[in-house]
Amino acid sequence: MSHLFFGYFASMIIATSILVVALKNPVYSALSLLVMFFHVAGLFVTLHAEFLAAVQIIVYAGAILVLYLFVVMILNVKQDDRYHNQWRAAGFVCAPLLIEAMVLLSGGAKARMTGTQAVPGPSAESLAPDNTLAIGQTLFSTYLFPFEVASLVLLVAMIGAIVLAKREIGEPDNPNPMLRTKAAE
Amino acid sequence: MVTEFGLRLAISLTQIGAVMCIVVLTVLILTLAERKVLGWMQDRMGPMEVGPYGILQPFADAIKLFFKEDIVPAGANKLIFTMAPILCLIPTFIGFAVIPWGPNWTFEVNGIIVKPFVISDINIGILYILAFASLAAYGIILGGWASNSKYSLLGGLRSAAQVISYELNVGLAIVGVLILAGSLSLVKITDGQTGWFWNWYIFALPAPQLFAFVVYVISVVAETNRVPFDLPEAESELVAGFFTEYSGLRFAFFFLAEYANMVLVSCVASALFLGGWNAPYPGTLMDLVGLSSWSWIESTMWFAIKTYSLLFLFFWLRATLPRLRYDQLMRFGWKVMLPIALANIVVTAIAVFIAQQIK
Repeated sequence: MSHLFFGYFASMIIATSILVVALKNPVYSALSLLVMFFHVAGLFVTLHAEFLAAVQIIVYAGAILVLYLFVVMILNVKQDDRYHNQWRAAGFVCAPLLIEAMVLLSGGAKARMTGTQAVPGPSAESLAPDNTLAIGQTLFSTYLFPFEVASLVLLVAMIGAIVLAKREIGEPDNPNPMLRTKAAE
Repeated sequence: MVTEFGLRLAISLTQIGAVMCIVVLTVLILTLAERKVLGWMQDRMGPMEVGPYGILQPFADAIKLFFKEDIVPAGANKLIFTMAPILCLIPTFIGFAVIPWGPNWTFEVNGIIVKPFVISDINIGILYILAFASLAAYGIILGGWASNSKYSLLGGLRSAAQVISYELNVGLAIVGVLILAGSLSLVKITDGQTGWFWNWYIFALPAPQLFAFVVYVISVVAETNRVPFDLPEAESELVAGFFTEYSGLRFAFFFLAEYANMVLVSCVASALFLGGWNAPYPGTLMDLVGLSSWSWIESTMWFAIKTYSLLFLFFWLRATLPRLRYDQLMRFGWKVMLPIALANIVVTAIAVFIAQQIK
């Protein structure tokens, strides 16, 4: 049963990922990306990591992809042919990747023959009743320092975005009415 | 094995059917109640023509929408135009799966444990609702884009910005409750609020979530695109916003989604902050009378009363407040609501920590 679900989710992820880069309409690409995020969340559920599944949908599907869609719609790119028909470049990138994948897969097959599983099923510890608790405890004890570093990096990125997007209030050629009212205050 | 699976499926489908019926019925009542309440508040009668006292008005509306001509504008993206109302509706209805409607009872049918008052008690209940609530924006933004109309597009874009901004506040307002409850499951959160009404998380020591409740209510009003935050459908500037081009059944879907979403956020608010199905006194009156097996009626009624009071608040706000300007909306969300929600998390966390140390 779990293998069936894994097969479904994995094949859908592959198919929709290809569609994201292959479709010519950027809105359709964004929608395929949405479907892909859902199936990644599904993979997390099959691994009994419900917390990660929910966070995956909230963060990627609920926030980031909406912003992508926003940009696509504001720019109103109906079709952009610049990035299509680049088969030669694609071939150059894909050939080594394909070879690498073959090598890895044959290695995985060998490992299965010697007894170790190529696709690990849900392990016993991931079946803990409350994976939210487990993630929280691991994150704030073992990985506390990386966690803090990541939050610092995100904070810097946030400040950077504000600095880049902000214009000086007194700037004369400022067409934005919102900033003008602020200057008046 | 197969019969067990079949039985489980049958029980779940029955529960889902029952919940769907209740929600759709509530939406029907709401459409009438809104017009009636607004009428009374504005010293009018409201709808009076269909049926005695106008109570059959929702059915007349539904039949009208059902038989209306279905128009797809020329130049619209047909696929996405058709998909958008469904994309709007599904996430809202899915959320009801984890709402506890009544006491946390369990009984066994042929070795299968059934919880009659919740379809599925999953351990990330509230995150599940937030995850699907965040998807409702897609229906709106795609509907606006696919209509190929500038009013719809502007409505859709406004909505996307608004929903993302206020969703953040909803999530942060809930965190305080989660710290107090120590669980993400709505069933466990409600169970933590039994006893007198001062055990409800809105009043509970060590950190009453009063501010979080206010932030939550204001933010969900914005998230459901209701007055005074209904900028995505501001009729004086955008005709009808993202559903300008929609008619007939597809319009009905958007309408249904908006009202079902109101019901959902009210249910979540009463489960998180107002004790869910718990009465304001310990136990139930039915227990005192000796009719323990009927106490679920009292519990579910308390849940209904709380939910309907919050829904009444939605109408009340609509009758009272004028619409905000877009920059006011954004400034209010990011500069007022967000800091309050963040401060609430800090204060709650410190209070809970101190309370644990004292114990």
